[in-house]
Amino acid sequence: MISRRTTEFLVGLFVAAGIAALFMLAMQVSNLSTISLGDTYRVTATFTNIGSLSARSPVKASGVRVGQVTAINYDDQRNQAVVTLSIEKRFDKFSVDTAASIYTAGLLGEQYVALQPGVEDDTLKDGDSLLFTNSAMVLERLIGKFMVNKMEQ
Amino acid sequence: MGELWQRLSAPFTALGRAVLQSFERLGHSTLFLLQVIKGLPAILLRPWLVVQQLYSVGVLTTVIIIVAGAFVGMVLGLQGYNILVRFNSESSLGTMVGLTLVRELGPVVTALLFAGRAGSALTAELGLMKATEQFSGMEMMAVDPYKRVLAPRFIAGVVSMPLLAAMFSAVGVLGGYVIGVGLLGVDGGAYWSQMQGSVDFTDDLMTGFYKSLAFGFVCTWVALFEGYDSVPTSEGVGRATTQSVVHASLAVLGLNFILTALLLETS
Repeated sequence: MISRRTTEFLVGLFVAAGIAALFMLAMQVSNLSTISLGDTYRVTATFTNIGSLSARSPVKASGVRVGQVTAINYDDQRNQAVVTLSIEKRFDKFSVDTAASIYTAGLLGEQYVALQPGVEDDTLKDGDSLLFTNSAMVLERLIGKFMVNKMEQ
Repeated sequence: MGELWQRLSAPFTALGRAVLQSFERLGHSTLFLLQVIKGLPAILLRPWLVVQQLYSVGVLTTVIIIVAGAFVGMVLGLQGYNILVRFNSESSLGTMVGLTLVRELGPVVTALLFAGRAGSALTAELGLMKATEQFSGMEMMAVDPYKRVLAPRFIAGVVSMPLLAAMFSAVGVLGGYVIGVGLLGVDGGAYWSQMQGSVDFTDDLMTGFYKSLAFGFVCTWVALFEGYDSVPTSEGVGRATTQSVVHASLAVLGLNFILTALLLETS
């Protein structure tokens, strides 16, 4: 039988290792480190097709994460998808004519919204909506167009 | 005529008796659980008992959990790579390894190993205590075995399981990294970033945590009940130990399906 002190030490070590593993899972494996954005402002963008974009998809400018998609709704008046983007407050220099496009990371990777700043001096404010948008590229549609072009030739 | 009737109805009588007995045992075990829970506040007076049980239930199970986690993670790395490379998306290996471990394999395999390693030990220990009439002895000395023996073991099991499951998943993810990134040449940054992109804290990580908590509860309950309720002979203790592992494993697998169906958010 090992001594009481050794037992206590080993149990302490065990609990510490378990909590360390939980912490490692939270920070390194899950999205906890990327989910909290701090202060954000919201802008909306309308797309004719959002592909497989979903809430919590990243919003990137020049490939750098600046925010995330917080909501996706369908506007049945205009028959378009309305995507709400939350952008971090410290990135407040986006001009009002910023264009939003939906791209795919890699051929089959996750989809994200890419922001391309324009030339205007005025900057985006909370509640603004983006004027220029590019919809997601849907692979089936591209292939369809390609087939039709081939057949017409 | 009467004899024939008896012979024909014998299987049905046996079946009915078995069903009634299993209901009786279920009720008995529920009452037992309530008694153990009633004894839980008493452990605050003797925390050393819990530390002792955490040692035998938790610390001694750590090695098998870590070794198993490493190998399961490595196998996931190998198998996942071989499947994903067909679609040129081996960079999603992190997603696959992370989600599989955190959601399912971490809690379930840990619970199965826990039932085999710690649960059977608990049952055998309690069964032997009963066979040597230690519980009667305690009652003679006005010591409540529920407070003194069962409650510390129960709390140790419930606390140990989530910690063990977390260790299993963490080691598994690292094992997948070693095989996927170190051996097969998946990009290390993609492994972690794709994993972080798709493993959600509340939907996946906490789901796994709740599962392991529930499994710890069930495994320890079954182990303690089988031990405390065993037939106090050497044969009875042996049977109780077997039944403890079998029942705990089946309960874990069944409960896992129910919990998954309840907790899985269909998006």
